[in-house]
Formats: sequence, C-alpha cells, structure tokens
Amino acid sequence: MSVMESIDREPGRRPTIRPDERVTMSHGGGGRATAELIRRIFAPHFANPLLEQGHDVARLERPEGRIVVSTDGHVISPLFFPGGDIGSLAVHGTLNDVAMGGARPIALTAGFVIEEGFALADLERIAASMGAAARRAGVPIATGDTKVVERGKGDGVFITTTGIGVVPDGVEIGPDRLAAGQAVLLSGTLGDHGVAILSQRQGLEFGTTIRSDSAALHRMVADMVAAAPGLALLRDPTRGGLSATLNELVEGTRLGIAIDEAAIPVRGEVASACELLGLDPLHIANEGKLVCICDARDAEPLLAVMRRHPEGREAVRIGSVTAEQPGFVRMTTAIGGTRIVDWLSGEQLPRIC
Amino acid sequence: MKYVEEFRDRALAERLAATIRAEVDPARDYNFMEFCGGHTHAIFRYGVQDLVPANVHFVHGPGCPVCILPIRRLDDAIELVERHGVILCSYGDMLRVPASKRRSLMSVKAEGGDVRMVYSTLDALDVARKNPDREVVFLGIGFETTTPPTALAIRQAEIEGLTNFSVFCNHVLTPAAIRHILDAPEIDPAQAVRLDGFLGPSHVSAVIGSEPYEFLSESYAKPVVIAGFEPLDVLHSVLMLIRQVNEGRVAVENQYARVVTREGNTRAQALVAEIFERRAAFEWRGLGSVPDSALSIRESYGAFDAERRFALSAKTSREVKSCECPAILRGVKKPKDCKLFGTVCTPDNPMGSCMVSSEGACAAYWTYRRAETLAEMAADRACVAAGLEDAA
Repeated sequence: MSVMESIDREPGRRPTIRPDERVTMSHGGGGRATAELIRRIFAPHFANPLLEQGHDVARLERPEGRIVVSTDGHVISPLFFPGGDIGSLAVHGTLNDVAMGGARPIALTAGFVIEEGFALADLERIAASMGAAARRAGVPIATGDTKVVERGKGDGVFITTTGIGVVPDGVEIGPDRLAAGQAVLLSGTLGDHGVAILSQRQGLEFGTTIRSDSAALHRMVADMVAAAPGLALLRDPTRGGLSATLNELVEGTRLGIAIDEAAIPVRGEVASACELLGLDPLHIANEGKLVCICDARDAEPLLAVMRRHPEGREAVRIGSVTAEQPGFVRMTTAIGGTRIVDWLSGEQLPRIC
Repeated sequence: MKYVEEFRDRALAERLAATIRAEVDPARDYNFMEFCGGHTHAIFRYGVQDLVPANVHFVHGPGCPVCILPIRRLDDAIELVERHGVILCSYGDMLRVPASKRRSLMSVKAEGGDVRMVYSTLDALDVARKNPDREVVFLGIGFETTTPPTALAIRQAEIEGLTNFSVFCNHVLTPAAIRHILDAPEIDPAQAVRLDGFLGPSHVSAVIGSEPYEFLSESYAKPVVIAGFEPLDVLHSVLMLIRQVNEGRVAVENQYARVVTREGNTRAQALVAEIFERRAAFEWRGLGSVPDSALSIRESYGAFDAERRFALSAKTSREVKSCECPAILRGVKKPKDCKLFGTVCTPDNPMGSCMVSSEGACAAYWTYRRAETLAEMAADRACVAAGLEDAA
C-alpha cells in the first residue's frame, strides 16, 4: 500500500485545506500565521510525545550505546513521483544514512524552506506522507522548523532532515575495516529511483511502470547487524549510484573491488530506459538499497537475513574486495570481458534527491 | 530488453571468441579501424579486446561528431550567443567541449548566455515557438544519423513559418572521411596507419546503406564489414573481417543486416537532399580540410541557415598545445601517447574533445581501461629512461 493510499484510508485525516490556499510570506513570519500553519499542516501528521513537549528543543532520554547523527537536504524535482514524494524521501533518506552506521534511529528533525505561493494542499500532502513514513519506521519527528522564501527564490519546497541513532556495542562499521577477500553484497535492483524521477521530467516524460525504491532500511540493517555484528561496511548507493559508492571506498587505498555485471540485478524497464537514454544503471541513484561488505563466510547468512525483508528480497553477492589493481573497481562484463567501473563524470541528472 | 540482451550473451560471445582464436594467423597482425565512436564505446564498455587475440588491434577512427568539430566552429557558436544574443539549443554532449581560451558552452551558460540542452531537434523548435521575440539557433552536429532530424526540423519550421528559428549546420559525411584517411599516407607517409579493414558504422549505415562503402573495396582494396553496436555484433564482424583477410577477399559485407540494407533509408536520404547540399570542403579537427565531407543548408532554405543570418567574425582559434586529439582522431596515436592523458586532461577537466565525448577514444580509455593505460604509460616512460641511460 502506498503512502497516499494509507492516508486516504484513514478517516479523520481528510484534508481541510481549500485548493486555492497558498503559502504566503506571513506563514514564515513567526507570528500567528506561522503557528496556524504548524497547527493545521504539521502537527496533525507529525503528532508524537516528543513534539508535544512544546519546547523549542526536543528532550531525549540518554540511550545505551554510542550516538550517531546524520543530516541531509532534499531538493528533488518533481516533488511527487511514482513510488514517493519529497516528504517520504526526506524521512527514508536520513533514516538510511543513520542505519548505514549500523545504528538504530531514535529521532528525526525536519526543516522546511517553502516558496511563497506554494499550494497549501500540496504541503499538507507532503506533511502527511512524511508523518506516515516516520510512523511506519517507528521513529518520531522530534522537532522542526519552517521558513518561507519569496516567490522565485525556491522551488516549491526544500526539506532538511537530521537523524539521531544509537550504535549497539560491538558494532564497528567503517571503511577502515575493508580487507581483501571480503564479499560485496547488494540488497536489490539498481536504478529504480533515478529512472522513476527521470520518467517524470519535463521534456522526457515516458510511459513507464517504474517506481522509486524509496524505503527505510533500518529494520533490515538491525537484523543484519544482529546476525553478523562483525560486518565491515554498509553504504546506500544514492547519488552517483553503485559506481560512486564502490569507488569512494577504494580510491586512494591499497584495495580494489571486483564485481560481476551478470550478478547485478536491474529491472528490464530500467535497463531499457537506460539503453534509450544512454545511461549506465551503475551510475543511477537508488533510495532504498544498500551495499554490505562482510567476511566471505558471513555472506550467505547475511543474504538469507536480507531476503526475509521486502527491501532485501533480491539481495545478491556481486563481488569481492581484492588486493589486485588497488584503487579501482573492476567489472567482468556481460560477455566475459573486463573493464573499470568509473565514477560518473559530467552532469549528474539534476536534483534527484 | 528483448532483442538487445541476445546480443550480449556470454556463451555465444565465448563461442565467437573461440572461433576467432582458431582462425587468426598468429604470424601476422590485424589492424581494423572502427570508424565510429559508438563502436569504440561498445568495445571498451564490454571489454571486447579481452576476447580477441593480442594480434587483433582496434584502431579508433574519427567517427565521433563532437570530437571532430574544430574549435573555430565552437567559437562561432559562442559568438552567436554572446554577440548576437541568440538562444542556442544543443545536444548535451557539446556543452563541455573546450573552445578557445578554456571556455565552453557550459561556461558561457554559467556566465549568463542562453544555452539550452535539448534531446531532439523538435525540442529546439518548441523553444522557438515559445520565444517568438528571440532568435533560436539549433547547433546541428553529427554524421548521417543526426542529419535527417535536423532536416525535419527545418522543414517543419518552414511549414509553421517559424521565422525566428535557424540551424548552425555542422553535419558531416562518413565516406569522405574514410577516403581521406586512406589517402593520407600518400600525402604524408609519416602519417600512415596500416589498416587491414574497416568496421563500418551501424546507425550511419541504416540511413545511407552499404552502397556508399563500395569504393573502399573497389578503389582501395580494403575489406569492410558493416557492424551492429552490440558486443556480439562487434565480435562477429571482427571474425568476418579476419576471414576476408585470410582468404584474400575484399568486399563490403553487412553483419548488421537486421537494420542495414544496400540502399539505406531512401526517404531520409530524399529529405536530406531536399534541404542540404555538399560543402566543397570542411575543416575537421585532426583531418584538416576534407573535400566534399560536410553539408550546408541549400539557398532555398537559406532563411533557416544561421551562417547566412548572422555575421560571424574571422577568428584565430587555437588547439591546446600538446593535445594529441588530432593524431588520435586519425588513428596514428593512441591516448597513451598523449602527455596530457590522465595528468592534466581528464573527463572532469578535459583539454581536448576526445576526452569529453562519451564516444571519444580518450574518454573510453580513461573510463574503462585507465588502470592498464596508466600502467602502460609508466612502462613506456621507464623504457625511455632506460634507453637514455644506455645511450649515456
């Protein structure tokens, strides 16, 4: 069930916003209009005990373990796309960044920059989707901020979210843990998010059933960390795709990574769109996938854990960390040749997350 | 992806590779030029070199429209934007190509010039319709493949009476360039590349057919195999070329028969002939002035010709010194022979066009085979150093 469907099905969540209502500069003035905006749009959807403390700060109980913090600005265009919108993306994106530290997310914050004239109904739709994503993830939006900029100085709405999480003792995840012989796992198909966004772009609209893979991965990560506390590294291959993620890990180090093109799952529709547009699925952004690097003997047990989650159903091993050709990511191609997998150079598709 | 993945089948690739290994004569070398940058890209993208024996060499040809456009023409395009205030519509791969003084259409855009990336000529027409008070120029580049869409746009602009639309035409012709490469050794023997055959273009041939290559076998005794762009197409075509060479045959063969006919697309050809005519000569980066190698807009459609519409000043445009793009485009040098490769010239900071276009040879070596290429360059340097020591 999609976010919007879940909202539509909840009675008492019927929007009370008129279609002609717009965000004005006074909504950002800090006065009564701002309070009204929060009361009407954000409070009903974000409702949780931390927010209801009613302070300028959210007070969290001190958790066991080490704390991680991550922040991410979301400026995607279009704001609504197949499989999600900027609201759910802003929640999932930051939850995933926290989870890639091996952490359990405990709270989120949200800062909004809204353009004057933005339809209030659209803002409500975004807030509802954010609230639903946070509730599904079981992580409260603990505090937030709203600013309004003059018409022409923003692009609808930008959302910055920060996530706080707790890393269990014994979990030491980081690039310094990489070693030759480790396995490289991928949680599922590549390119779904980027191609879904691209399919909505003006001048490029093409009919497709591809939906963004935007999803929160922290529950799958929690099970992975429990199954193999010694796993070396987790990364979500977002902007720049898998190629950027793997290159970041080995560039300038004494290690390389070898992957097998035939093992990498790509949906047929995504592959076709890439073919037509001259794109490489390895360069395209994902918003609900992770790369895991672990001891080779942990690979199969971890894949089994991942496959039990909907976000990891198509998890596979795609390669290994090597000592050969340090600094490079190498791939055995579909026909059995070899090549480097390089960073994307030049234009990234603008504003995909 | 049906009808594409079949042409990337690993088992079939291995069978073709085994046949090639069995049939090559180990006592000789085979130098085949893939004219087209699309083939260069496919060869590197799939690592086709790894499947053929070491004595089968791919010589990369000048079939990259972005690469062969001389800097002067790009400077002219910039002048259209800056002096004449036009909206310049261009395919994306032209935007980062270095012009004179380290400028590019991208930097012109950043400085406030109205340069827009379009995916098709029809998008450019749309820009013209939406901006009736502005002059809109489409930067037309490419071989015979991209010429029909440009012709179509000009005809459509005439039908609609879009008087603010014109084309800065840089369309070039494949057969003339191949002839020029083969004539080059006579002009300057030092520039000779020994070629045993050609992999003929895929998409270009879909438009012009296989007939225009027949002079290669008739007058130059060079085998040609028109090849599809998929890796199995390339392997199969290499096998067909090896067989021609081994059997001493010389013919134009068509591996890409699922798309290419001898006549080609006659409707597209007629449209192109209606709108364009041959230029007496055109300057190519790397090849110099090549007779009968490009198109200009006929006088009857002169209203849509940016070169007639706007006065362009005389320029002295200069290539970056020590950039080996010209020699690389002729197949005389490889990217590793360029001092700039991988040091000051990378796709993020390109000095020459061959590093910018995804079809350029330097970009292919950098993107797909950088590790090997840099290692070879280091070995070459070590060799030179050892040679110097010996001499001393």
